[in-house]
Amino acid sequence: MLELKNISFDVESDGQDKEIIHDISLVIPDEKLIVVTGPNGGGKSTLARIIAGIEKPTSGSIYFDGEDITEKTITERAKLGIGFAFQMPVRFKGIQVKDLIRLATGGSISTADACRYLSHVGLCARDYIDREVNSSLSGGELKRIEIATVLAKASKLSIFDEPEAGIDLWSFQNLIEVFENMRKDITGSSILIISHQERILNIADEIVVLRDGRLVMQGSKEEVLPELIGTASAVKSCDKVL
Amino acid sequence: MVKMVKLDEIQKRLLREVADLHKVPEGAYNIRSNSQSAGRASTANIEITSKEGVSGLEIRIKPGTKNESVHIPVVMTQSGLKEVVYNDFFIGDDCDVTIVAGCGIDNCGVQDSEHDGIHRFYVGKNSYIRYVEKHYGSGDGSGKRILNPGTEVYQEEGSTVEMEMVQIKGVDDTERTTTAELKAGAKLVIRERLMTHGSQRAISSYVVSLNGEGATADVVSRSVARDDSFQRFEAKIVGNAACQGHTECDSIIMDHGKILAVPALEANDVDAALVHEAAIGKIAGDQIIKLMTLGLTEQEAEEQIINGFLK
Repeated sequence: MLELKNISFDVESDGQDKEIIHDISLVIPDEKLIVVTGPNGGGKSTLARIIAGIEKPTSGSIYFDGEDITEKTITERAKLGIGFAFQMPVRFKGIQVKDLIRLATGGSISTADACRYLSHVGLCARDYIDREVNSSLSGGELKRIEIATVLAKASKLSIFDEPEAGIDLWSFQNLIEVFENMRKDITGSSILIISHQERILNIADEIVVLRDGRLVMQGSKEEVLPELIGTASAVKSCDKVL
Repeated sequence: MVKMVKLDEIQKRLLREVADLHKVPEGAYNIRSNSQSAGRASTANIEITSKEGVSGLEIRIKPGTKNESVHIPVVMTQSGLKEVVYNDFFIGDDCDVTIVAGCGIDNCGVQDSEHDGIHRFYVGKNSYIRYVEKHYGSGDGSGKRILNPGTEVYQEEGSTVEMEMVQIKGVDDTERTTTAELKAGAKLVIRERLMTHGSQRAISSYVVSLNGEGATADVVSRSVARDDSFQRFEAKIVGNAACQGHTECDSIIMDHGKILAVPALEANDVDAALVHEAAIGKIAGDQIIKLMTLGLTEQEAEEQIINGFLK
């Protein structure tokens, strides 16, 4: 279980402090799929990066399975069981897809097992396993490999920052299946997805809405989703993805 | 008659580093240790002889020799030793041969140790040569480990040469000069990997002349400069015919390293298609963060990124 207590995050902009996140308290319970949505610039990605340790909150504390992890590094949090899929995945010259998956599993992995993760994200494993994670890969391919690394890491809490961004419509169908399958096998873990996509919101156990850095709505899918339909917080795939 | 010298443990370790040799290699070989031959073997198709007048070898490969290899590693463990060695390779037509060279210096003394290997390759028509050269230095003496390799390649029509040059560790000072002349339809591929640390200095220059129609060259260097080290990479491709040339220098700079990249193209024919690329940059923060989210420490992430880059 992850618990955020009174998290705020300011940045300095033109000599003035700008508040990106304002006093957010939130619980991500075990064995739940939570989707955080809301308008662009509302602080969703920042919140995800704060949980992964990439950004340090200006104030507030974070507890993971009862342990205060506010001061813990990215590495320490990863070892405790937090996984993070970047919105804009990074490219590496020379590092192969199988290297990245092997690093994600924290040790050795057979090529067959590494291929399995690629198949889960709709990539033909044979064509990709030896590829370098460099600029020869398209944005969509890179994104799917990014998600495969997080699947391979098998975290207690997996965070996906706008997994649909940069993915084509066909791949998006696969992506939904990936999350549906993760939801089925959620025992002992939880999932946090940052997304605007109605179809992703539809598979959520709980939806959290952030606007202007504040938590404005939180509840079950049944409670929250009707309020969002037709807004920028819940777009249909054909409106947004392409 | 070649005098045989027994190798000690340090020399054996150097051999493993530069030539992946754990025992006497198969095929033709010459192992040079502290300026003496520590073993030599010719085969029916590959003849190795000592040069007259100067230090070095003549390696003659008969036309049509296929799937054979030549190993000519050099190890030096005596501080203060300086040598210039001339090795000439005469490769007949229609061959397919792998040549493994390389030099390892272990210098625990106070005097500089230096090996300057001048390699000339005369590659026959339609032959395919794979050349691997690794340089390695070790030892904690104040004497420098210096390697100045000179490589000249002369390629006949339709021949292919693939060169892999690696210097990852422990060489204090190196000036590498490589020149190549290619006739019609010849192909040259060079992959250089270089890492410098401490106060090391490495200079690598290439001049590749594409003299015949359809000649192609691809010269790619990847390097990492750490600590206070300095690197200069110069690659010039000269197109004298309808040909294709590409050179690329891609470097990671760290700490207080300095890198000078000077790619150059010279086209003397309207159908010469030449391209150069050069990039120098530090490791991207996002790359380190990504690997940290997989559980690696910052230092481990950096190592993985460099290992991948130089792979």
